[in-house]
Amino acid sequence: MTEREVVIKLRGIRNQFGRQVVHEDLDLDVYRGEILGVVGGSGTGKSVLLRTIAGLQKPAAGSVEVLGTDVLNADEDTRQKLESRWGVMFQDGALFSSLTVRENVEVPMRAIPGLDPLIRRDLADLKISMVGLQYLAGDKYPSELSGGMRKRAGLARALALDPDIVFLDEPTAGLDPIGAAAFDQLIRGLSHSLGLTVFLVTHDLDTLHATCDRIAVLAERKVLVTGSMADMLEVDHPWVHEYFHGPRARAAVPDKTKGD
Amino acid sequence: MTGADAGVFGLQPADDTGTVHLSGALTIQTVTTARHQLQALNASAVQRLDLSSVTRLDTAGAWALVTLTRRAGRLEGIEIAGAGTEAASLLQTVERALPNPETPPRHDGSFAAWLNRFGQRVYSGLMFLRALTAYLGIFLHRLARALRHPSEFKLTSLVHHCEEVGLKAVPIVALMAFLIGVVLAFQGSTQLRQFGAEVFVVDLIAISILRELGILLTAIIVAGRTASAFTAAIGSMKMREEIDAMRTLGLDPGMNLFVPRILALFIMLPILGLIANLAGLFGGALMAWIDLGISPAMFSTRLVEGTAVSHVFVGLVKAPIFALIIGVVGCHAGMQVQSNAESLGRMTSNAVVTAIFAVIVADAVFSIFFARIGI
Repeated sequence: MTEREVVIKLRGIRNQFGRQVVHEDLDLDVYRGEILGVVGGSGTGKSVLLRTIAGLQKPAAGSVEVLGTDVLNADEDTRQKLESRWGVMFQDGALFSSLTVRENVEVPMRAIPGLDPLIRRDLADLKISMVGLQYLAGDKYPSELSGGMRKRAGLARALALDPDIVFLDEPTAGLDPIGAAAFDQLIRGLSHSLGLTVFLVTHDLDTLHATCDRIAVLAERKVLVTGSMADMLEVDHPWVHEYFHGPRARAAVPDKTKGD
Repeated sequence: MTGADAGVFGLQPADDTGTVHLSGALTIQTVTTARHQLQALNASAVQRLDLSSVTRLDTAGAWALVTLTRRAGRLEGIEIAGAGTEAASLLQTVERALPNPETPPRHDGSFAAWLNRFGQRVYSGLMFLRALTAYLGIFLHRLARALRHPSEFKLTSLVHHCEEVGLKAVPIVALMAFLIGVVLAFQGSTQLRQFGAEVFVVDLIAISILRELGILLTAIIVAGRTASAFTAAIGSMKMREEIDAMRTLGLDPGMNLFVPRILALFIMLPILGLIANLAGLFGGALMAWIDLGISPAMFSTRLVEGTAVSHVFVGLVKAPIFALIIGVVGCHAGMQVQSNAESLGRMTSNAVVTAIFAVIVADAVFSIFFARIGI
């Protein structure tokens, strides 16, 4: 594999809440243009890791470098520039409930100086359509949407400024298999056509299988292994083995685990 | 393209071959100027857009290009040349995703539509009253049932709610009534002094507090405090499907949630009203003593002589009715909460407004009634 640009670089991350240490000495690299899936048991701090990179959670130790900027020690202006280059989709979309979907997508665009409001509105409509929502969904309020539609709208808002990186927190949790598969395809397609780097936290083996180029397993407070799906099947750490060879994994990856 | 003008969008008008050369960054930062320049082009003269010197293209830029070719009305007419593979795939994605604006259903401004909306409002208002009556019915039915089957009655719950709605409201109710008494005495004395009729301030305080203000203001405070608490408690249970769970377990929400709450209010509101009356009279007496020199002994003599006991009765008889109104409105609003947090907030504030409004309307009806029968 040729040397690729590292867009997210974590070194020696330590996160703790009170006495409970979630991450210790955690290292991780994310390369440009890839879709990285982060998996781990409940309570291994997958979402905490996402929040750490996005600057929502300050680690007790370690360094976070995103697109060549030191996130933890950057001044206000640099941070703001950086924030327009990433987008975050939270679990339930985290849409502002007092705004319509279109207004939600317009929120990040309001920071662009001199952007014509009519153009902004059209661009918001374009993003809404790109994530596969109906045109009329733009006029609705988040409470009028189903869970899957809220997630799509959240993704549209995350993509509003054409970020380099998007963070997705459990994008397919709570969706029915058809909706989840459609969302997987959407992520894959958008990442491809927009050249996105995707950092994806998930529990869903089907999503891992359908979308991710690389998988990082969080266990024992750090990134235990990274690699492709095929690599994961070779790992003999008990938890990783159980995860990728359990009954549900067999259903998701039928060909590769046959006879296992 | 040098770094200095990489962020600037540039456009050269169509040359002899109808080619428009674009340069610089075509992104969300520059899209406003870019779009105006593109729109200013004479679309019929343009054959080709040359993107070979465009340094950056994002979805906003791609949107500007794609909408231009669309607007020209001839999709194949304008060719986009010099796009790299990434730009080409971006253009394709945008082209495919470009929404076809559908006009949302418009508000019909005609008189018939206005009449229709007005009718619907009235109808939903009547339905609301009907629903409140139904909840009152549920309460009375379950109460009667509890009398026949005392084992189903939740005594612990009743005591708990009596403490919540009654005992814990005593300080604020007493303070409010005390201050009202003070204000009445003070205002009354300045007015009555002009006629040398200071002593009638006792009648003023006694009648207005015992007959109207004591119980009405208590009910308003309790409506704000308790109706919202009922709605929030029942509503959050509704939101988390606890009410549905109760039903599947054979527990009746009416018996377990409504009866203890409304009954607690029914018992406690008259007591709170009595406390308010006493605190109000105390405040009035204190102020009359300080401001007018009417001694407490004189105040009480005048009170007993000049004020009929019927005033106390007229005041307190309203309390149970107010209690029913507040309790039923609070429980009903709680049951209307849907599965999102916004509806909980909305219903809670609705409950308070409705309860206070209904209490005031009921008080007006009582006033007319008592005036007619001459008490």
